[in-house]
Amino acid sequence: MEHGTIRLKTGLAEMLKGGVIMDVTTPEQARIAQEAGACAVMALERVPADIRAAGGVARMADPTVVKRIMDVVSIPVMAKARIGHFVEARILESLGVDYIDESEVLTPADDRFHIDKRDFRVPFVCGARNLGEALRRLAEGAAMIRTKGEPGTGNVVEAVRHIRMVQSEIRTLCSLPEDEVPAFAKDHGAPLDVALQVRHAGRLPVVNFAAGGIATPADAALMMQLGCDGIFVGSGIFKSADPARRAKAIVAATTHFNDCTVLAEVSRDLGEAMPGLEISRIARDERMQERGW
Amino acid sequence: MVGMSEPCIGVLALQGAFREHRRALERCGARTVEVRRADQLNQIAGLVIPGGESTTIGKLLADWNLLEPLRERSRGGMPVYGSCAGLILLCTDIENSDQPRLGLLDATVRRNAFGRQRDSFEADLPLPEVGTEPFHAVFIRAPVLLRTGPDVRVLADVDGRPVAVRQGTLLATSFHPELTEDLRLHDYFLDMVRETPTRGQPS
Repeated sequence: MEHGTIRLKTGLAEMLKGGVIMDVTTPEQARIAQEAGACAVMALERVPADIRAAGGVARMADPTVVKRIMDVVSIPVMAKARIGHFVEARILESLGVDYIDESEVLTPADDRFHIDKRDFRVPFVCGARNLGEALRRLAEGAAMIRTKGEPGTGNVVEAVRHIRMVQSEIRTLCSLPEDEVPAFAKDHGAPLDVALQVRHAGRLPVVNFAAGGIATPADAALMMQLGCDGIFVGSGIFKSADPARRAKAIVAATTHFNDCTVLAEVSRDLGEAMPGLEISRIARDERMQERGW
Repeated sequence: MVGMSEPCIGVLALQGAFREHRRALERCGARTVEVRRADQLNQIAGLVIPGGESTTIGKLLADWNLLEPLRERSRGGMPVYGSCAGLILLCTDIENSDQPRLGLLDATVRRNAFGRQRDSFEADLPLPEVGTEPFHAVFIRAPVLLRTGPDVRVLADVDGRPVAVRQGTLLATSFHPELTEDLRLHDYFLDMVRETPTRGQPS
């Protein structure tokens, strides 16, 4: 009997496909998310919009918060560790969380190295803005990738930019003559063996979700039509006027992403979405997507 | 080349690993189609309910009015195969849960029976129904059956708890053959569809 294999790690992500993973900060919110049809929840102390507003150093959530959320839902529970903070990750692993997000939403703990994720029994998801970043995370042992987008903004433009970038670079990689692949890998800071794997399959070898700015059912369907495998919604649900209703609508839009009649129906009367942020108004050194190396 | 005489298998595509099931079935020579709406049930001769989150898929089945049409097709003889979440949704009884379900398989299921993700495992399992070679089974936050009715035949177990069963035209496994290269269970299910006199098509 084997535990913690890469197949088990990537396999759980496969089971989450076509689903919505929602940020929650309390057991009540976790229940609302599960009731709305979330395929997993991300247990946090504060959603990204509040982290952004609060400033200062953002760290792993209090284990009590994570445990209380694990106790009330039957769906998988994820939690965030700081980039490079392998001790936070070990703590979350010992709590029994089902997935760890090594996340740029929290303040990085290491300005050069990410966590060596191969060494853990629990699987990891990591953010990426381009193919090189995704492949570096895979080489470190990530079992799932998500776009970074720009968290806590309710503005989908960065998530769109990132998925388009990843796909465009995959297309380029696949079209290159064999002898140019090593130079491509070098230019993108990508390990050659993982680059060759992507070139062979024509896609990332793991599930790729959208994250960072999704606030409406139409945003979710947009990311799915652009080729994402599923959706993370951070602040978009519990910073909106009617979280339960919006959560359910985003779940429906993620399943029926190609059916405009359904999208029109579920987009009606949702109340106010979360207030949005224009990306150009955020100073470059305050953009969470710049974190990670 | 896939012949038109091959049965068309629907894969429920509300959420979960439907892409992997389609790939496995197509490698066995079947035609497949993704099913998200009740009217799509008319074109299929068998249905696979994939792994995913059973609460999510159950709610979507209820919200999009698929539960009753699906039960009708199954009672009319259409073979259905459920893996993991699919197995949970087929069961009549789900321990500690009132989540929506199809309730066709006379059994009581325990969700996440082995624990959380860190307890997920791979193991070689005797599965004589599909051959003498053991089946490499991938269990991810997997369920087990606590009780099975008189018409349910147990095909494989872990520590005495059923993890693969058949009841007439229903097949269910708590593990994920779609995550391995072993096609024997998909072949077995396709045989079930081919052996169904009407091929499960509505008359």
